[in-house]
Amino acid sequence: MNLNEDLYKEIILDHYKSRKNRKRIETANLHLEAANPSCGDDIDLYLDVKDGQIQDVAFEGMGCSICMASADMMCEAFRGKSVEEAQQLIDKFKGMLTRNESPDFPDEAADLEAMQGVAKFPLRIKCALLAWTTANQLVSPKDKPQT
Amino acid sequence: MADTHTKLNARYDVTSLRADFPILGEKMRGKRFVYLDNAATSLKPQSVIDAEVSYYTRMGANIHRGAYEFSERATLAFDATREKLAHFINKPADGQIIFTKGSTEGINMVAAGWARRKLTAGDEIVTTQIEHHADLVPWQEVARETGAVLKFLPIDPETGTIRLEDVEKTIGERTRLVAVTAMSNVTGYMPPVREIIRIAHRHNAVVLLDGAQYVSHHPVDVTDLDCDFLVFSGHKMLGPTGTGVLYGKEHLLDQMAPLNYGGDMILKVWNDHSTYKELPDRFEGGTPNIAGIIGLGAAVDYLLNLGMDKIAAHEHELVEYLVERSAGLTDVSVYTAQDPEHRGGIFSFNVEGVHSHDVGAVLDNEGVAVRTGFHCAQPYMRLLGVPGTVRASVYLYTSREDIDTFIDALSKVKEVFR
Repeated sequence: MNLNEDLYKEIILDHYKSRKNRKRIETANLHLEAANPSCGDDIDLYLDVKDGQIQDVAFEGMGCSICMASADMMCEAFRGKSVEEAQQLIDKFKGMLTRNESPDFPDEAADLEAMQGVAKFPLRIKCALLAWTTANQLVSPKDKPQT
Repeated sequence: MADTHTKLNARYDVTSLRADFPILGEKMRGKRFVYLDNAATSLKPQSVIDAEVSYYTRMGANIHRGAYEFSERATLAFDATREKLAHFINKPADGQIIFTKGSTEGINMVAAGWARRKLTAGDEIVTTQIEHHADLVPWQEVARETGAVLKFLPIDPETGTIRLEDVEKTIGERTRLVAVTAMSNVTGYMPPVREIIRIAHRHNAVVLLDGAQYVSHHPVDVTDLDCDFLVFSGHKMLGPTGTGVLYGKEHLLDQMAPLNYGGDMILKVWNDHSTYKELPDRFEGGTPNIAGIIGLGAAVDYLLNLGMDKIAAHEHELVEYLVERSAGLTDVSVYTAQDPEHRGGIFSFNVEGVHSHDVGAVLDNEGVAVRTGFHCAQPYMRLLGVPGTVRASVYLYTSREDIDTFIDALSKVKEVFR
């Protein structure tokens, strides 16, 4: 198996190295820390949401390339979107990795397709999902009726 | 010391004993399977697999209950393992072997059944920051419930070791319990447990040794060590999963409440109260993992036949070789214990700029199995100042060829993460 073709695609490694979305947002009104204790992934996710629109989104933390790249891609995909659009992205991303669904992302979020290869590595899926499940808890808390 | 090890192992034939482990003939990711995750669990020889299967094919019955031959057969095979283990750790006459499902359960039994009942506010529990979570979290709960205080034996930042003068300073008159690992599952460091036990006993404190990593790799003599409790895991010593041992001194076990009340541990049951069986039966309520315990007996046979001193010497050589070969690698930080005489068969490291999980994935692609992450030892990770490590751990069937494959595979990490 060629890992650079199947898992560690260039686009993923670029997002892993990127520092653009790695910061604390002081004005964030949504913040949650989450971890994968068994593998050592640990992130703090910040969302600044006003009137149902995501003004800014960023994260801090440490983790493997898949976890960090996935969080970085998610920030890129979320910025400027409505909470509702973000929820749709979360559902599509989870579907791609856990329900074997074909990726169907809007053009501006097409980078996310690169993560499809992670589905072939069952133990890595939770790395790719950490930021997304954390975001899901922030934008659709459990006590709110799911749509 | 190295000379002694070499002489001792002149006739240690790793190639022929590898044939006893069927899974070593399997391919992983299409490559020769190199298993370096022995600190997590060990592989099983055919004799253990056969013994476990023989329970289902030749016995089938529950133990201590049935009025028929097959139950008798199962009971004898089950009880034989207890005898083998008693010999394996040189159990004294006033000690008992209790079957558990693993080290975690053994520690929790002592925490819930002994410590929670015997400790009161202001008593001290002394442990270390290098423990596996299984030998820390139960004591945190005991401290929370009883008002006892958790204290930690300092780890010398220079050497990463526990200094006896610090042990003398930490263990005192209020110390009731000392819980310490005999070998770290992260760095392979083996604390001076013999001296720690001696110092603790001078203060009348009870000592629990976490032998999860140590017992499967070294000769153990609890009569000589004089620890009060010792826990270890069957599955890390060639035995089936879901098997383990709690060794304890009788006078302490007599103060301890069982975790599981119910069948097979009672003497007489009335409507409103019951009396309980003698040791060790009192602590083995319910149907145990009979097949697993019978398999564990075969594992003890295998280890004793090979010789624990020879196994320890073989692993000692392998780790020396690992350290030697890794010295030539650039961008690799090693966290393994420095002193060869206090180091078990564990090699922990990181590749600069690459997360341990990613290193693990590259090694996996080369057929090499390692563990990555926190290793259930988050306080130790904080002490080392790392967000996880890659851990390669050896066992009696690990060969030099395995180490060579592992070192070669490491060079691929920088190819993938350019």
